[in-house]
Amino acid sequence: MTTDRLPGPAVVEAVGVTVALGGVPIVRGITLTIGQGEVVALLGANGSGKSTLVRALVGVLPIERGSIRLLGAALGRAVPWQRIGYVPQRVTAATGVPATAVEVVLSGTLHGHHLMPPRDARVRARAALDAVGLAAVADMAVQTLSGGQQQRVLIARALVRRPDLLLLDEPVAGVDVPSQRAFASTLAGLAAGGTTVLVVLHELGALAPLIGRAIVLRHGTVAHDGAPPPPQAEHAEADHVHLHPHEGDRDPAHEEPTVAPTVRWRG
Amino acid sequence: MISDIAVMLGDPLMRRALLVALLVGLVAPVIGTYLVQRRLSLLGDGIGHVALTGVALGWLVGNIAELTPHDALAIPGAVLAAVVGAVVIELVRAHGRTSGDVALALLFYGGIAGGVLIMSLAGGSNANLVGYLFGSISTVSTQDLVLTVALSVVVLVVGVGLRAALFAVCHDEEFARAAGLPVRALNITIAVVAALTVTVAMRVVGVLLVSALMIVPVAVAQLVTSSFRRTMLTAMAIGVVVCVSGLTITYWHDASPGATIVVLAIGLYALVAAVRPLVVRARRGGTRDPHPDVADDVVLTSGDPR
Repeated sequence: MTTDRLPGPAVVEAVGVTVALGGVPIVRGITLTIGQGEVVALLGANGSGKSTLVRALVGVLPIERGSIRLLGAALGRAVPWQRIGYVPQRVTAATGVPATAVEVVLSGTLHGHHLMPPRDARVRARAALDAVGLAAVADMAVQTLSGGQQQRVLIARALVRRPDLLLLDEPVAGVDVPSQRAFASTLAGLAAGGTTVLVVLHELGALAPLIGRAIVLRHGTVAHDGAPPPPQAEHAEADHVHLHPHEGDRDPAHEEPTVAPTVRWRG
Repeated sequence: MISDIAVMLGDPLMRRALLVALLVGLVAPVIGTYLVQRRLSLLGDGIGHVALTGVALGWLVGNIAELTPHDALAIPGAVLAAVVGAVVIELVRAHGRTSGDVALALLFYGGIAGGVLIMSLAGGSNANLVGYLFGSISTVSTQDLVLTVALSVVVLVVGVGLRAALFAVCHDEEFARAAGLPVRALNITIAVVAALTVTVAMRVVGVLLVSALMIVPVAVAQLVTSSFRRTMLTAMAIGVVVCVSGLTITYWHDASPGATIVVLAIGLYALVAAVRPLVVRARRGGTRDPHPDVADDVVLTSGDPR
């Protein structure tokens, strides 16, 4: 391992994890350990199994083989879920009925068999929204917010429980550059406080300075684990960002890279 | 006018009917809010159709056991069938074997056909089913009233008491799972409470319109609200108003109470949908820029760079 920081006790331990969707193995025998306080990027092309791996790590998808331990406990009821924050890949935070940003964030205070929000939940929800720069829209319906703001509401929902382990699935896909920078500084504050972070990304982008270690997946296996690799030549611009809201990771039929519009941002 | 209302309230049959209508109007939108949230608006309809099979089964068993009246077991049968149907549809949905849409279609047709078929086996006629298809609130007995009160209390306690957890599951099931919440138990809770709501509301508006009482008040409420909590409370208020006023109208004008209630609710939806743009425009003054103030992502060569 070529990480320059000494990992603490293992926060995420996956041994020989295989995940199959519809009988097709998407994640194949992945073994990885993430130590306390590490900030790890999970990279790889579309369809390489990044999202599938993260969803298996938090127990959303069943694993075919192997074992997963989070914060020292085998995946299941024993896991201290209140210490884990998860931001799923989403295009929107809205559903069929209006809900305010505070209401959505409040659902992040529930965990395990704690089915009622704690007494200080509303105060904490507002603080979490403030941390992602959304204090002003806390009482607005989420469907009236922009895509980037909705994504930040979902990040606040993961932060409201003050997690020790934060797993984010493409938190900056489709998010405008100012929001990305705001998110990067929020994440920097958390990492400085000792939060362990696993973040699925397409490119390091605005988060590059934070990332101490990168795990690159290719065809469902680990192709690289160590210092963040330099991007492909065509992606080499410092501040260049892809915007592709893709759902392809779930569907093995869409293994080929998405042809997405590439936008070059000001440097 | 006031003496007319006094006459109406003096009628014990009408008093019971009004109380049932009030409870149903209050309770149906609670679970309806969750169903609309997860875009399962038609689930209540599917459960209602299955409940019809339960009614016929109850009738059949009552006949075989030679109970009097014949339909003594109709409502318990409906409760049982609706709960089983709701749990089955939830399991089918969760396992993704069949799309929710197709599963609902199977319930619709299977429920109606099964109900009619079993009813003829039970020696009843389709006319016996009509009361359940379109409601028969004018024949509510004290026993029905007790059952309605009990089921309403269950629905309110679960639907309102567990609202944070039910909201979390309906809003984002994947997140709820990753928070270690008992997602399957909560989903089945929603299905069972929906089934209880359907059997309560069946009495008022009938199987064919039962879903309307759960969904239409929510549809009206969300036109004017921006929070989940307010949507649910407003929908409950709307449910009570349309149920009680619909039933009251039919006390003097001979019409089907169920149909009157639903038409009132849909009329209210049309009215609110028509008036809303005018109110919203007036409130905003029509000049505010709806776009958030965010710096440009690209450098604009012509124009004012920040």
